[in-house]
Amino acid sequence: MGFFEAIWDVLSTETAYTAATRFAAVLVFAAVGEWVAERSGTLNISIEAMILTGAFAGAMGYHWTENALVGIIMGMIAGLLVSLVQAQMSHRLTADQFVVGLTLNILFLGVTSFLYAEWKPSSKVVSKLEIPILKEIPLIGDALFGQPWPFLLLYLLVPFTWWLVYRTRWGLEVRAVGENPQAADVSGIDVNKRRRESIYYAGLCSGMGGAYLLLGQVGRFDDGIVAGRGFIALVAVIFGGWTLRGTILGCLLFGSVLSFRLTLPGLGYQLNSELMSSLPFLVTIIAMTAFARRVRPPGSLARPFVRGLK
Amino acid sequence: MRRRSEIVFLYACSTFVALLLSAIIVEAVGANWADVWNALLDGSLRKPGRWGKTLGSAVPMAMVAVGTIISTKVGLINIGQEGQMLVGAAFAAYVGAHAPGSGPVVICLIIIGGFVGGAFWSGLAGALRYWRNVPEVLTTLLLVTVAANLVGYGLKNTWLLLDPDAAFGNRALVGRQLDPDSRLPRIEIFGNNFSLSVILALLIIIFTTWVLSQTIIGFKLNVVGENRRVGQRFGISEVKQGLTAMCASGGFAGLAGAMMLASGDFAKYRLVTGFTVNLGWTGLLVALVAREKVMAIIPVALIFAGLRTGSSFLAATGVERRVTDVVQGKKSS
Repeated sequence: MGFFEAIWDVLSTETAYTAATRFAAVLVFAAVGEWVAERSGTLNISIEAMILTGAFAGAMGYHWTENALVGIIMGMIAGLLVSLVQAQMSHRLTADQFVVGLTLNILFLGVTSFLYAEWKPSSKVVSKLEIPILKEIPLIGDALFGQPWPFLLLYLLVPFTWWLVYRTRWGLEVRAVGENPQAADVSGIDVNKRRRESIYYAGLCSGMGGAYLLLGQVGRFDDGIVAGRGFIALVAVIFGGWTLRGTILGCLLFGSVLSFRLTLPGLGYQLNSELMSSLPFLVTIIAMTAFARRVRPPGSLARPFVRGLK
Repeated sequence: MRRRSEIVFLYACSTFVALLLSAIIVEAVGANWADVWNALLDGSLRKPGRWGKTLGSAVPMAMVAVGTIISTKVGLINIGQEGQMLVGAAFAAYVGAHAPGSGPVVICLIIIGGFVGGAFWSGLAGALRYWRNVPEVLTTLLLVTVAANLVGYGLKNTWLLLDPDAAFGNRALVGRQLDPDSRLPRIEIFGNNFSLSVILALLIIIFTTWVLSQTIIGFKLNVVGENRRVGQRFGISEVKQGLTAMCASGGFAGLAGAMMLASGDFAKYRLVTGFTVNLGWTGLLVALVAREKVMAIIPVALIFAGLRTGSSFLAATGVERRVTDVVQGKKSS
């Protein structure tokens, strides 16, 4: 009855697609980076901190220069900064990666909300860049080609990441390091260095995602801006079975679930607000329950590498 | 294995570095670190009645940390204590509002209810871990938000948790207040008062140390955590140990929630939204700093609680409490 009607209504409305891709975009930015990090064997929990810091730096950059490009570059630098701490702590000093990630999440939540109160950056959503003919495609045209311009970075980032991981020596080494660090080590790859570098990449991507979230969607910084999206991006990688295709598919799925909170009331459906706000997380858990068995993680995911007998 | 004196030295060093870093941050925002230091000491110890408060918030942290250490023993990573605490507190509040019987019986039921609630919430994650291979790191974390929403829903409906005659405020989302005789009694010493939960927590810490280090239960958990193939050889079921540890871990977090509710240091014996006030996360940090040593929880929890209660005196300096917290957690990890 009402349920299927609702689904149909959502599927046939243009705004629903737009909202879904908006939510999915942040996830894709973060998940693409996270995917590289996970292929190298790090389950990088600090992704949440990277997005948040990226968003804050994006706000600062825009505040200072009124230029969204500067904001995005600053967001990337900020993400890189967080990833530097994460990488050095977990893959040089061999601290536990979850511990480091979790503390970073709390630390940067504190740092950004504190700095926000100090500096109060003002920012707004940047203008849209609509691509002429493609935008006219019914239903999905606006969603894919009528967004604020930072959205378009995705069309560069995703193919670039694919090329980086599957078509370069660096990418091969990263995958090798995630599958079998001992073998990679024996063949002369610096395992922990590759892992650190892949975390830096995650930091750059998530920082960019954070800056996009701020300058392309929300407009104003707030310390609750990320609201668990980093974790959802993390799950999207698992959901996608550690492939790039699957990861992006996962992001789209979770993005649309996240957008229900906006689209369903807009279409006139009244739903329980608590259910709505926990829906993305429930769907994530259910999706993992269904898929976690079917996929094969990188051989040494979340196992630190220490040279020697073990 | 490092020698004990070396570890103590490292802790002292990292605490010093943490304080130094915090001092630099404080100076960087233009406040005076000596003022901040005095305010922290005033708020946590020196002003009348303050160390009782510090003890009061050390208890939930310590309980959460005990649970965390148990799950780390078998190699599981539970980082959803905040949610488990909240569910525990909600179960405890429901039991407290509906259980028949005299005061002491109800108190016991509240405590047990809290444990069961937390254990149920983490047990979900544990079950998914062993049934479908879902990483428990993620499920525990995601369930935090779900727990918050679930309790939020409960607090909107009278048949669940909402106080039917929420007299104060209009439509305030609060649970029913515990009856005076089903509260944990409070002890008063030197003008500071703290609830019985402090003693209870001490006993639990000592008991857990004993169980983990001296009994077969602790041994089995340890074997599975160190090397599960050895465990298989000896016929120790990984699933059984893992689930036990996971439930115990959430259970202690739930217990922390129940104790918070019954001891009245927070929210005056009522369940409210956001009841756990980040104590679950802090408890997790306590466990990380204490590094698998249950006894070490006591000093660490006291320090963190001191920072927490002290920070309420810091409002004027504008220093973010979390920064100091985390710098400490970070340095010793």
